[in-house]
Amino acid sequence: MEIPYTVKPRPDTGLWNAKIGIWLFLASEVMLFGGLFSGYIFLRLGAAPGHWPHGLLNVPVGTINTMILICSSVSVVFAWAALKMRKFNQYRLYMLFTILCGIIFLVIKLGYEWPAKYHHFGAYIKPDALPKYEQFLGNKHLALHGLEERVEITGHLENPEALTNPAIKEYEIQVDAVNADPKSPENDRPHFWPRPLSHKIAKVAKEDVSFSSMFIPKHSAYFASYFTITGLHGLHVLAGIVVFIYFLLPSSTRLYQKDPDHLANRIEVAGLFWHFVDLIWIFVFPIFYLL
Amino acid sequence: MSEPQSHGAAEAQLHDPHAVPHDAAHFHNHARLYAIIGAILLFCTALTVGLSYVDFGSREANIVVAILLAAFKATLVALIFMHLKQEKKTIYQFMLVTCIFVIGLFGLSILGFFDHIFL
Repeated sequence: MEIPYTVKPRPDTGLWNAKIGIWLFLASEVMLFGGLFSGYIFLRLGAAPGHWPHGLLNVPVGTINTMILICSSVSVVFAWAALKMRKFNQYRLYMLFTILCGIIFLVIKLGYEWPAKYHHFGAYIKPDALPKYEQFLGNKHLALHGLEERVEITGHLENPEALTNPAIKEYEIQVDAVNADPKSPENDRPHFWPRPLSHKIAKVAKEDVSFSSMFIPKHSAYFASYFTITGLHGLHVLAGIVVFIYFLLPSSTRLYQKDPDHLANRIEVAGLFWHFVDLIWIFVFPIFYLL
Repeated sequence: MSEPQSHGAAEAQLHDPHAVPHDAAHFHNHARLYAIIGAILLFCTALTVGLSYVDFGSREANIVVAILLAAFKATLVALIFMHLKQEKKTIYQFMLVTCIFVIGLFGLSILGFFDHIFL
């Protein structure tokens, strides 16, 4: 039996069915991501001063990824328009480009950005021990300029065995540039280009640390939301790639030969999903990387 | 790769789905619009990044600027790429209901923020 209304619009809605379907699905997706975004706002508004990190992510890489997603969105609509103009070879090229963009996005995200975080370490200093580490925190300077205090020392953990061995009483941290020279006005705001680690080593006594961890979800509400939201977004990118690969298989060529408008409609629907994923990233990028 | 036969406009039969549709030029214009919108989106991304390093007086001001730009970009994607500029009534009804629910959802967490446990 033929599935009805795959190309012809249904008289009562004026739409072919898949379009109704995808928009209902996108509505549920809005609620899924909406819940996470509202959780993010809640956590951020509730964070104590200085406890919401800034400038920990690699902004140039994030910018490139944003641009890759935008280009892939353009190429999906190009693929759809190519089908409408009955240019099947062009369609295949645009789809291939889209898939490539999606894969590059995921490789950058999962192969570079995430692992770089796993190797970074942060130690939150207990409130009464803050003055002891003034040379790494520069809170007098920050207070003078009406800025939030710094409560964390970050960098590369030189003695990772300190994480598991209770006999070791302090963390040796090769500190980030911001902790190496905390009084410099240069460090009052985050930088576009990530700066290399300094050569300074901070010895932080474990008894002065309220909480410490690598930059993984348990590090802070910030990283918990970051990994959850970018992880879920990454899953969506992966799903989109799988669907787009399906549209390059011979079955889609056969569908094109049978009814090109049917394939065009499928691409439109898959494209709607892809644009939605792009749209989510448009918000994810500033709230995690820039603000 | 086997390229399905493309038929010349002259031989185009009324019911031949492979005939280049008479509105092909129309889709050509679409493609140009998509390219322009894509360029605007890329530019806005660069602008968002650039403006985030400008001091607007407070972090809140920077947040407002970045979110406004993101909302502008999202609107472009929705209107042009997702064809919302010209869609059927049913889709707009879906969107209206979604908006109501999502605002309610955000409202709940803002209410939660004023909960006594934070005092």
